[in-house]
Amino acid sequence: MTAFRTLLYKEMLRFWKVAFQTVAAPVLTAILYLAIFSHVLSDKVTVYGALNYTHFLVPGLVMMSVLQNAFSNSSSSLIQSKITGNIIFVLLPPLSYREFFGAYVLASVARGVVVGIGVWLASLPFASIGMVHPVWVLAFVLMGGAILGTLGIIAGIWADKFDQLAAFQNFIIMPLTMLSGVFYSIHSLPAFWQTVSHFNPFFFMIDGFRFGFFGVSDVSPWLSLLVVGGSFIFLSLICLEMLRRGYKLRG
Amino acid sequence: MSSTATDIPAIRVRGAQKSYGSLQALAGVDLDIRQGEFFGLLGPNGAGKTTLISALAGLTRLTAGRISVMGHDVVNGYRDARRMLGVVPQELVFDPFFTVREMLRIQSGYFGLRNQDDWIDELLANLDLTSKATANMRALSGGMKRRVLVAQALVHKPPVIVLDEPTAGVDVELRQGLWAFIRKLNAAGHTIVLTTHYLEEAETLCNRIAMLKAGRVIELDTTANLLSRLRSHALRVSYAGPVELPAALLARKPLMEGGRYSFAFDDYAEVEPLLAALREACGVPSEIEVVKPDLEQVFVDLLKRD
Repeated sequence: MTAFRTLLYKEMLRFWKVAFQTVAAPVLTAILYLAIFSHVLSDKVTVYGALNYTHFLVPGLVMMSVLQNAFSNSSSSLIQSKITGNIIFVLLPPLSYREFFGAYVLASVARGVVVGIGVWLASLPFASIGMVHPVWVLAFVLMGGAILGTLGIIAGIWADKFDQLAAFQNFIIMPLTMLSGVFYSIHSLPAFWQTVSHFNPFFFMIDGFRFGFFGVSDVSPWLSLLVVGGSFIFLSLICLEMLRRGYKLRG
Repeated sequence: MSSTATDIPAIRVRGAQKSYGSLQALAGVDLDIRQGEFFGLLGPNGAGKTTLISALAGLTRLTAGRISVMGHDVVNGYRDARRMLGVVPQELVFDPFFTVREMLRIQSGYFGLRNQDDWIDELLANLDLTSKATANMRALSGGMKRRVLVAQALVHKPPVIVLDEPTAGVDVELRQGLWAFIRKLNAAGHTIVLTTHYLEEAETLCNRIAMLKAGRVIELDTTANLLSRLRSHALRVSYAGPVELPAALLARKPLMEGGRYSFAFDDYAEVEPLLAALREACGVPSEIEVVKPDLEQVFVDLLKRD
């Protein structure tokens, strides 16, 4: 257990040492989104009947920050270690591939949660919202963070260069998050795009998370839980198999 | 502990093969390294030294064959095998996020060890790094980073220590200090495996040497035996212009490079007749030199031989 705990601690210390870049910066970005979108749209748009747009937006931005930062944490740590060569420091010790997986995922979740809390706190002056179902909030934040942490490991191991990782981030993670309903309810979309949204697992993460705040959502939180949980299991199995085989890590 | 019984080899390699596509980096290596040895692994670039070390350390997986460290298979018993092994990598790698002490504490934790500060202090003192304990890794010179790598490899007190070209790019003074420390570890019972390009280092440090070429062990013997068995003394002569050696001299199979001829001999009594024969056939050489055997020459000869 000491080995696993040490790797987890090291991965958390790594982002915490550069918290200005890994925590403060994404909080600022999210707050800028909030300030601008709520300024432009707050008086014109209501969601779910009477819900103020700014209020609607806050959980979406919190979750988006959780997801993006969870992805960044494991993926950037791994690609940096691979490129600088210090990945051997975690490959030489007697760590099992499961411990490796667990530590990187949990550290990613931790960064996601820290940034998420930061965004939520910073959003309070704009929109003070409470949670109707905190357990749902917690469940989705942990699972969403874990999914993106897992995707980050997969991307970080797969990518040989920074620009490949950037492509993964910009062409897969970003569109899936932006089109997941962070900024809008998918009920406002034309029928075709509503259907398309249902194929985006990120939509279920945001929707389920938002249900925890307002008690209303586009789809049932149980369906979201099923999709999100299933996605996590599916991606974990892929990731664990990559690690077990030593894909790109133990040539 | 039965696993440290002295009859178990520190490292056992059996039928190790590794292919990268069509390239065969290891073509069937068998090797036993006994506990307490100071063992040299020599060979030209691409001979398979680093591949062998990577397989030993679990950084790469063999296509065929098996390797064990202190009796623990590096695949099936990887946890025990890795605990027994400390590796100083060839590349000067470091983690820019941490200080020297943080790095050593973390590395120690990876091996399941906590509260190692006394040992960490001792390592830092021995490697002349005490004043740098709280410095960030980025702030260290190349030589210091190299010493931190040595400390990292030793932080879990492994009985077997592998150093992959540890003195590449390290200045002379530092190299001496490093070797003094490694010798001390060897004297304390640690098995040392060394790859190096500096043959004089292997010659003075290693008690046994394996030479690798094209993924095979082409020679394996004690350093003393290698030096005496494989290469006798040589008489080296040079001629300014072209000369033709008579059959009697060619029969001695001299090594020829440009206008330089190198005749092996075992006894100094052979030198005078040899020189006389040369003078008679080809005139007085422009240069005459008696060369004592050294590992470099052994090495060059071995690599020429096929």
